[in-house]
Amino acid sequence: MQVIVTVIGTDKVGIIAQVTTKLAELNVNILDVSQTIMQGAFTMMLLAKLPEGAEFGAVKGDLQALGQEIGVDIKIARQEIFDAMHKL
Amino acid sequence: METNQIKETIQMIAEENLDIRTVTMGISLLDCVTGDIQKTAVNVYNKITTKAKQLVPVANAISSEYGIPIVNKRISVTPIAMLAGADPHPDFLPLAKAMDDAAKAVEVDLIGGFSATVQNGCTPADLALMAQIPAALAATDRVCASVNIGSTRSGLNMDAVKQMGQVVKNIAAIDPKLAMKLVIFCNAVEDNPFMAGAFWGVSEGDVAINTGVSGPGVVQRAIANQPEASFEVICETIKQTAFKVSRMGQFVGKVAAERLGVPFNIVDLSLAPTPAQGDSVAEILETLGLSHVGTPGTTAALALLNDAVKKGGIMAAERVGGLSGAFIPVSEDANMIKAAEAGHITLEKLEAMTAVCSVGLDMIAVPGETPATTISGMIADEAAIGMINNKTTAVRVIPVPGKDVGDAIEFGGLFGSAPIMAVNTGDASVFVNRGGHIPAPIHSFKN
Repeated sequence: MQVIVTVIGTDKVGIIAQVTTKLAELNVNILDVSQTIMQGAFTMMLLAKLPEGAEFGAVKGDLQALGQEIGVDIKIARQEIFDAMHKL
Repeated sequence: METNQIKETIQMIAEENLDIRTVTMGISLLDCVTGDIQKTAVNVYNKITTKAKQLVPVANAISSEYGIPIVNKRISVTPIAMLAGADPHPDFLPLAKAMDDAAKAVEVDLIGGFSATVQNGCTPADLALMAQIPAALAATDRVCASVNIGSTRSGLNMDAVKQMGQVVKNIAAIDPKLAMKLVIFCNAVEDNPFMAGAFWGVSEGDVAINTGVSGPGVVQRAIANQPEASFEVICETIKQTAFKVSRMGQFVGKVAAERLGVPFNIVDLSLAPTPAQGDSVAEILETLGLSHVGTPGTTAALALLNDAVKKGGIMAAERVGGLSGAFIPVSEDANMIKAAEAGHITLEKLEAMTAVCSVGLDMIAVPGETPATTISGMIADEAAIGMINNKTTAVRVIPVPGKDVGDAIEFGGLFGSAPIMAVNTGDASVFVNRGGHIPAPIHSFKN
């Protein structure tokens, strides 16, 4: 299952490290990354692949908990919905 | 990875209130008919709780996995008047109770279909059901009722129009809030997923999924970004936005149907407001350049909005159905409430607006003293607009006992609050009491 992970928050040291470390712990493979600072806000998007048999809800819960811990907003959604809206 | 598109989708959901307004499961109850209402009620409960058992869990899982809110999970069923079978004196209250119990068991918020379709005439069962609507709504929490009293092909059943004016008054006498669960239609559609007017028509299949999308905030923001644009550009912007919003409905409906193992039926391309800030259809009209909704120009603005939404949405979905248009309920739209409170919009202007949009005089509170015949007159006017213009129209008015213009009624939650609006004090009783049928208009004879 491919997912889009978005991370938005105030820029500070170590956001990418902490998020990607957590994804590695969860055995989530990162396929593509984009990261910018927009008007001071840290914005990162990751295209990633969940391991076979992974439970979406558990991964989501773990990422949201990490987001709270480090003070950024982490969202995860299955990738198909973005294609559905924008691609013919 | 298309980061701009991802960002746009997330912004639409997080900031502009884009959501799937409803995933509605249509369930045919025709195979529940036994001729004995008590046995039929057991069958109704069993069929609904079996077919819809996974509806809410599946919708919640989709919402979590794809990050799109699904606000309402609902069920529509075969018009209950058709379940009387051979019973010559049907009592429909056990069926209302079975619907309510089933809705609670599967945790859907509303169930629609305590309904009758009487555009050509009333069977004894239809008459019994219509008379029992007040008691059924009072005895249940989640049941919604509707009656179709006319159509372009059939004309208007004025006897039913007369009776329904009294039914509305009878409901309000019990509790005016119950009146928001009754819709009186002309040209009702059989696959409408939106409440309170949803029922599952007899020409539909056994079970299917329908979705209703919503995104007034998304459309409003897109227009607000182009303050100087011409009408062509505005219409194009609305079409593109409606396309994206409708794709969500198509996608979610398809996934839900697959997981539930039932066919996916239709997407209803509607702009449905809520009282939340930034979720208002009236605000879209104001953003187009009107100082407030109700200003001259409002009907034209609504017409272009309604048409552009359909044009954009129709290519986004495999099958489009339901009501598909902008809703203009007064109590469920923050800017509509403001305009009504300030006297900027009147019943007459709302009636004009219903000629170009879906659906009708919706969620309008009127003085408690309003006679039943006046409410019947309002139903007849609205139905005439639908009949002549080949479109669905409806009336959902709420006479509030003991209250008059200047007062308000609070419905709570998504239903909002409504200021009591002034009603023309003329007398329609002689007209309404004539009885009989207004024949179908000449343009209905197409064969």
